[in-house]
This record gives sequence, structure tokens and C-alpha cells, in this order.
Amino acid sequence: MQNQNQPEPQQDDLEFDYKYGFSMPENYTFKARKGLDAEQVKEISMMKGEPGWMTDFRLKAYEIFTSLPMPEWGPDLSGIHFDDIYYYIKPTEGQARSWDDLPQEIKDTYDRIGVPEAEKKFLAGVSAQYESEVVYESVHKELTKKGVLFCDMDTALKKYPEIVKKYFGTLIPSNDNKFAALNSAVWSGGSFVYVPAGVKVGLPLQAYFRINAERFGQFERTLIIAEPGADVHYIEGCTAPVYTTDSLHSAVVEIFCKESSRVRYTTVQNWSTNVYNLVTKRARAEKKAFMEWIDCNIGSQVTMKYPSVYLTGEGARGEVLSIAFANKGQIQDAGAKMVHLAPNTRSRIVSKSISKSGGRTSYRGLVHVAKHANNSSVYVSCDALLLDELSRSDTYPYMKIRNNKVEIQHEATVEKIGEEKLFYLMSRGMKKSDAESLLVNGFIEPVSREIPLEYSIELNRLINLEMEGSVG
Amino acid sequence: MIRLKNVSVAIDEKPILKNINFEFEPGKIYAVMGPNGSGKSTLAYTIMGHPSYELQQGSRIIMNGEDITEKEANERAEKGIFLSFQSPLALAGVKVQQLLRLALEGKKDPVAIYKQVREVAKKLKISDDLLNRSLNEGASGGEKKKLEVLQAVVLDKNFLIFDEVDTGVDVDALKTIAQYLDTHREGKTYVIITHYNRILHYLKPDKVLVLAGGELKKVGDGSLAEEIEINGYESVLGGK
Repeated sequence: MQNQNQPEPQQDDLEFDYKYGFSMPENYTFKARKGLDAEQVKEISMMKGEPGWMTDFRLKAYEIFTSLPMPEWGPDLSGIHFDDIYYYIKPTEGQARSWDDLPQEIKDTYDRIGVPEAEKKFLAGVSAQYESEVVYESVHKELTKKGVLFCDMDTALKKYPEIVKKYFGTLIPSNDNKFAALNSAVWSGGSFVYVPAGVKVGLPLQAYFRINAERFGQFERTLIIAEPGADVHYIEGCTAPVYTTDSLHSAVVEIFCKESSRVRYTTVQNWSTNVYNLVTKRARAEKKAFMEWIDCNIGSQVTMKYPSVYLTGEGARGEVLSIAFANKGQIQDAGAKMVHLAPNTRSRIVSKSISKSGGRTSYRGLVHVAKHANNSSVYVSCDALLLDELSRSDTYPYMKIRNNKVEIQHEATVEKIGEEKLFYLMSRGMKKSDAESLLVNGFIEPVSREIPLEYSIELNRLINLEMEGSVG
Repeated sequence: MIRLKNVSVAIDEKPILKNINFEFEPGKIYAVMGPNGSGKSTLAYTIMGHPSYELQQGSRIIMNGEDITEKEANERAEKGIFLSFQSPLALAGVKVQQLLRLALEGKKDPVAIYKQVREVAKKLKISDDLLNRSLNEGASGGEKKKLEVLQAVVLDKNFLIFDEVDTGVDVDALKTIAQYLDTHREGKTYVIITHYNRILHYLKPDKVLVLAGGELKKVGDGSLAEEIEINGYESVLGGK
């Protein structure tokens, strides 16, 4: 029922955009050196003119980063060479005020993704990240009037230091894992959203991310605070140009859902297939709050991402709805973490994964119900679709239940795309590849229907492109 | 319209159809009858081009003078063949509107398809709820058959095979389906695979084909169907 009146995309354009990627000439005013040491961390903080506490926070995080081992579980990360990465690049001097002020090649890049168009039609505010800093952003006047703060993280640190200091790094401390520590040391850009009590933001807030320099890691940092009764939907979409050498993307996202607030965080990730995408995302849901993660992973070489919700208040709810698509050479190690720390809390995890041409998907989930979390309910459903014999899917569902009065449902299925279903659709006049795409899009529909129309159309197109030329 | 020449089919080397020779003429109604396991559905799948049914050497399917033996199902659909499945599978997350839009992409305006689906659904007494659900998910036997007929109408092919469209369907639904097909038969060839004479009261067959043991045993006019109903296959086929 979607995109009835949407014009069909030009196949050639799509091929160019997504399959081969594109990159604009680099025109930077500053370029940091490769590799990382304490001096470099200090330099980044100085360049940004940060307060002393942030410099200290970064330096401490750097110490932790060097002391922590690489994860001993999950996909192989030996392709990451920390000494071969740029940790900070400043694309332009200062922030651009309007679209016209942006450098041409940056505009060209965004035109291809369609940022200004999307903004006109759909957005309440745009915060587009190019390299490591946000160069273009606009916030709807209405939002400002309501007291909603939406800007890039660096600006937030300057303009709202008290709020930032109060929350920053408190949900995901630097010692949480090696990559959270790295992000804490060298973070740059990302979004800051603050929604005052009782304010409902009608339209989704959006940000677009891209990597556009070789061997350049992107370490954005996002902080969202929803005061009691607030309601906000944040969307991040990523597309990236293709490069020959490895790239690292390691973000940290912290979300605070106060009493009776509701936050929805939607991601459509399409990093190019040389990117290591290692992201730590965590939310805290207080009394009767509702946190939803909607996480779609199409691109990257390796993704490790397990959005989590700490249900700390009575009656809090948490959801993770995710889609992972692994094509040739890709590993999507995704999942969810739900920690029930209060009575009457509810969690729901719905994971849909698709593996094709030797791609690997894994669902890795942890549900923890604490001793005093009476009458909580847990629902976990993970479905895997394998498109051929070469592909693989694994499920690692961990449950630590310390309470007897809990309702738990767990379902897991693995299916292959059936010849009978393909024949049925082909008998209606569809080509085999179209029939496969339709079945795959149908398979993820329980999750994709939760994504705003523009994004779900893009997601469908991405999947159709991934399905092209498949040998079934 | 469609000519079957020495059509023999095997699955895993087990013969299912044996040397069928027959020509379906345009604009006529054919009934295909026969005991369970006689090869009726295999005949339908074979004409539609199911990949698991291996045609034996020398088997030929000719459509309007063109050899379509090697064509895939979607190419046969392009040429005008439609198959209404005996037990259509549920397609999670796929709605009938979506399916038809994709099947007719570039051939028919999406808005026109949308409107036609709603109109036809109304005539076939398909509820909005059923229309908006994933295709065939949680649908009753009768509802599934109606959704097959809906697709037949919207796709508008001219050689239509209905594989037991009357099975699992209550009297009222059968009447709705059969009358609808009867009023839209202009310029179409219908091949109705059935166990019962019931549907043939509404759709009078020009010819009745009787299959048994994978062979085309007998061809007759409409009265053959009545004879089968009264006396059974054994008597009609000579007590074999």
C-alpha cells in the first residue's frame, strides 16, 4: 500500500549511488595525523575549545581504551588497524548557516542523498553530519519555541554545558567496552536532543551520516533526553561511499527516557562494505516510559550492535525491532539487550535477518530479569531467512531470569525462500528476482511497517538492489 | 490455443503424466476430471511451467503456434496463461494489491489496479479485512479461492486453469465464483479441474477430459460429467 504515486527511481542513478558509491574530492582545512596517543586526544579537545572536564574525560577514556582488550567473542575484528586511522578531521571552518553557504562538493554529496528535499517535505529539523562535524543544521522554529533543543553534540557542549555534563557518559561509561572507550576519547559530532516535560514533537527529527575520507573513522556521539511526558522520534540514516581500505565507525548513543516519556530511535544503516560498524546504544526507561529502537542494518563489512533498554522504573516498556541483511562478505552480528530492573516491566524483541550469497547474520540477545522485577513480561522473536546454501545464520539468545513471576515467550525460526512461493509469484507474471524481493520485503514487513514511509521505501529499494542478480 | 504434444512428466523419475495429446481451442470451457492422484494438478503445473516437473523427451507444449516448452512460468504468464492454485500458500507480509501492482508493473496504472481490485473484491464478497491482510494468511478455503479468482480477473489472461476452485468452498461462495467467471468468459479459455459436477452447472463445459493413472482416458461432452457423477469413474472408464 505504499508508494502508489511515487515515481519509479532511475535504475542507473540507484546503481551509481548505492552499488558503487561515490566520493567527492577532499577539501579540508585541517587534517589530523593517523594513529592515536594522549597528545592527539588533547589536541582534538583543544581544537574544539572544550571545557577542562571534557578534556579530562577524553584522556581518561583513552587510558581505558589502551588497557581494554578487543572483544573475545563475535566476529573477527583483526582487520581494524588502530594506527592506520585518522581520528579527527575538520571539514570546514565553523558551522554553515544555510544550505547556500555550504561548499559545493558537500552539497553535491547531500543532493544525492536528498537531504534538502527530504527536509522540505518531511522534517522538523535536519542535522547532517559530513565527516566528523555537523556542517549543516536547521531547527524548526516551532521546536525552539517549545523549548526543544536539537543541535550537534559539539554545539551542545558549548551552549548547554550543564545538561551535557549531567548526562554525558553516565549510561555508557567509558569502560563499558573498548569501542565505547575509543569513542569517548575521540568523539566528534553526533546529535543532541533535549525535549522538555510534556512536549510532544510531532515530526521525526533526522540526521544523515556519511564517511567521506579514506581510513577515516567516524566517532559520533548522540545524547537524547526526554523529560517526563515528552515524546520524540529520532531518525538516523547512513549511506557511504565505497573505498578500498577499511573504515571504522564507532558511535555511542545514550538515551534517557524519564517518567511516562516515549522515545523512538530509528536507524537505517547502509555503510559501504568496507566499514566496521561497532556501535554502543543504550537507553534508560524510567517509570511508565516507553523506549523503542528500530534498527535496520543493510551495509557494512562487520556490524556489531545490540541496542539495549534498562527498564529501571515500574511499568516501563522497551522494544527492539531489527532487520539485518548480510550479502556476500558481510557479517551482521546484531541483537538486543533488555534489562528488567523494576516490577511490571515489559520488553519485546523482534529480529528479522536475511543472509544471501554467503553472508552471515547472527542474533545475539540478552534478557535479564532482576529478582524484584515481579510480573514482568518478555517477548523474543527471531526469524532468519536464508536465500541460498552458502549463507548462514546463528542465534545466541541468553536469558538470565531471577524471578518466578515472569511471563516469557521465545520464538525462533529459520526458513529458506521456498520454490513453491516463487513459482506462485512467477505464475502471476513476475520475474524471479522480483518475486524474491517481494518475499524478502514481506518477511521484514512486521518491522519495516514501523519505519516512516520515506525510509521504508528507501529500505525496500535497497533490498531490491541487494537482491538483483541473485542466483536463487 | 494450447496444444499438448506427447506430454510425459516425471517427478524424481516417477512418471506422473503419460503421453498426453490434446488441443485446447480458444473461447471454450474444458472440465478436467479424474480420481485422486490421476495427474490433474500435475497437468495444471506443467502447463504453467513448474520447475520441478521434468518433461520427458519429446514432450512439447505449443501455444498459438509457438513452442513454450522451455519457457519459465513468468514468460508463460506474459503469453496469457493463468493458474488458480488448488492450495495457494500464505505469503507473509505480501498483500494482494502489492502482488498485482508488481505483476502488472509497466502494463497497468497502479491507481487503476487499486480501484479494480476494490471493485472486484466487492463483487466477490471479499472483505476489506481480508484484502488488507497478508495474502492467504489466516484465510479460509473459500476466501483463498476467491482471492485466486480476484487475481485471475485483474491479471486478465486468456487461458485460465482453475485447479479445484470449488473445493473447500461453501455453496454460496461457489455460486458467487462460478457466476462471476461465467459473466467474464468472453474471449477466454477455461480449464476447470474438479471432482464434482456442481460447478459445471454454472459453467457448462464444451468438453470433459477424464484422466486416470496419468493418462488421458476419455474425452466427451458435458454429459460425461453427469455420467461420472451418477456412476463413478470405474463405470465410465470401463471398470478398470
